[in-house]
Amino acid sequence: MPLRTPLYDSHLAAGAKMVDFSGWEMPIHYGSQIEEHHAVRRDAGMFDVSHMCALDLAGPDSRAYLRHLLANDVAKLTTPGKALYSCLLNESGGVIDDLIVYFFTAERYRIVVNAGTAVKDVPWMRAQLKGFNAELMVHRTDNHDPVAIIARQGSNARERRRAGHESVAMIAAQGPNARERFWTAFPDSRAATATLGIFQAAEWNGWLIARTGYTGEDGFEITLPTAGAAPAWQKLLDAGIKPCGLGARDTLRLEAGMNLYGQDMDESISPYEAGLKWTVDLKDAARDFIGRSALEGKNARPVRNQFAGLLLLDRGVLRAHQKVITPQGDGEITSGTFSPSLNQSIALARLPAAVAIGSEVEVEIRDKRLKARVVKPSFVRNGKPLL
Amino acid sequence: MNNPDNLKYAASHEWAKQEADGSITIGITDHAQEALGDIVFLELPAIGRVVKAGEECAVVESVKAASDIYSPVSGEVVDINQAAADAPESVNADAYAVWLFRIKPADSARCAAELDGLLDAAAYGATL
Repeated sequence: MPLRTPLYDSHLAAGAKMVDFSGWEMPIHYGSQIEEHHAVRRDAGMFDVSHMCALDLAGPDSRAYLRHLLANDVAKLTTPGKALYSCLLNESGGVIDDLIVYFFTAERYRIVVNAGTAVKDVPWMRAQLKGFNAELMVHRTDNHDPVAIIARQGSNARERRRAGHESVAMIAAQGPNARERFWTAFPDSRAATATLGIFQAAEWNGWLIARTGYTGEDGFEITLPTAGAAPAWQKLLDAGIKPCGLGARDTLRLEAGMNLYGQDMDESISPYEAGLKWTVDLKDAARDFIGRSALEGKNARPVRNQFAGLLLLDRGVLRAHQKVITPQGDGEITSGTFSPSLNQSIALARLPAAVAIGSEVEVEIRDKRLKARVVKPSFVRNGKPLL
Repeated sequence: MNNPDNLKYAASHEWAKQEADGSITIGITDHAQEALGDIVFLELPAIGRVVKAGEECAVVESVKAASDIYSPVSGEVVDINQAAADAPESVNADAYAVWLFRIKPADSARCAAELDGLLDAAAYGATL
């Protein structure tokens, strides 16, 4: 039985084509994926991201726990509502998941992890709680809660829900006009959210409104109680925000050069080979985070590959797992698509570290070898091509 | 959209139309374009290539995925629709007006048998 978000009926009403995504029945598009893509680049679009898993961390040791758990350092979060992107690493420095953590106080944080990985993340995160005085709670109904599902299977009778800890929905409103349209729909929220900087959130009306996203455009990600999800979606629709499916979400994030977990990185890949070195914070030499010993010092794993972008010069479409042939050795495309903004095919790829940005390589597509240029892995941001 | 009665259909979602000169024009069905989503690239066969019925002959790529197109009949590729290759989204707009390639059968009896083996509009519609 596939899982459904609180917005399932809203999607059907908007003419969505539904597909399975990590066990969730989600909209892939509502007619044209390319039009939805352009709506986000040029105006405003919204995505149901309720399949992602929100967790609350609370307790006196919350900060110390996250400094041990995450490769990025939450110590740099000092303003309430400020968010941080980080990898969750295993002991050998492989990426278990990527996530966003929101700081409220040193004793209270919100964490959002990917849908398909929540089932392994949550038990891992709980196991690391040992020795820390902190508690981790999942914002899901029991039927959707990976931990509750595991608990029902008999492995851990201690799993429980705190009274009043409700299931939530998440909506990402993205695009140059997304915030203005959001304020049209919810004028009372403007005072609380108008001055939010990038990667900053505010609590309003029991909602968390964050200036974050996964598209390379401005906008808000809104976390709200399940019961309010469909009415809020309708108000945003009435304010002219176009519903967008996971198809457009993928082409938008790819153009923005943002990694997709499970495709561009996984537990076998270190953040250094996934273009995520900037998220690994080694400044505090005393901070003993999980995976650190595999990333620096004498036992560090070798970094043989780089994460780069590819721009197809011939006609065709780059796809994941196609072989990239370079004078320095073979590489592999991790995500590829047709870029609606550039009207050309683009890809993210793992290439031998010695391949220079700007050089020309070949990609094996079926029985042909097509020419591609190696570029920095970021193609379009804020409506503008970066190449 | 209705599947036109004057065409024959393959279960793999190609349509075939016999022209007055005996050649066969081939495209993809409306169901196929709908399932693929926004089409962004067509890889059409080389003119002069000889194909067998059921052989991979072209590739249609949408934003979502690449899909092989099989020739419903045997023969030689005598023409391709370059205008469609230049504007792949036209297939989404009208899959029955925008053909992909044309085959000249080497053997008209064999071609008639291959066309007989395809579905008519009603039978194809029933498979969807």
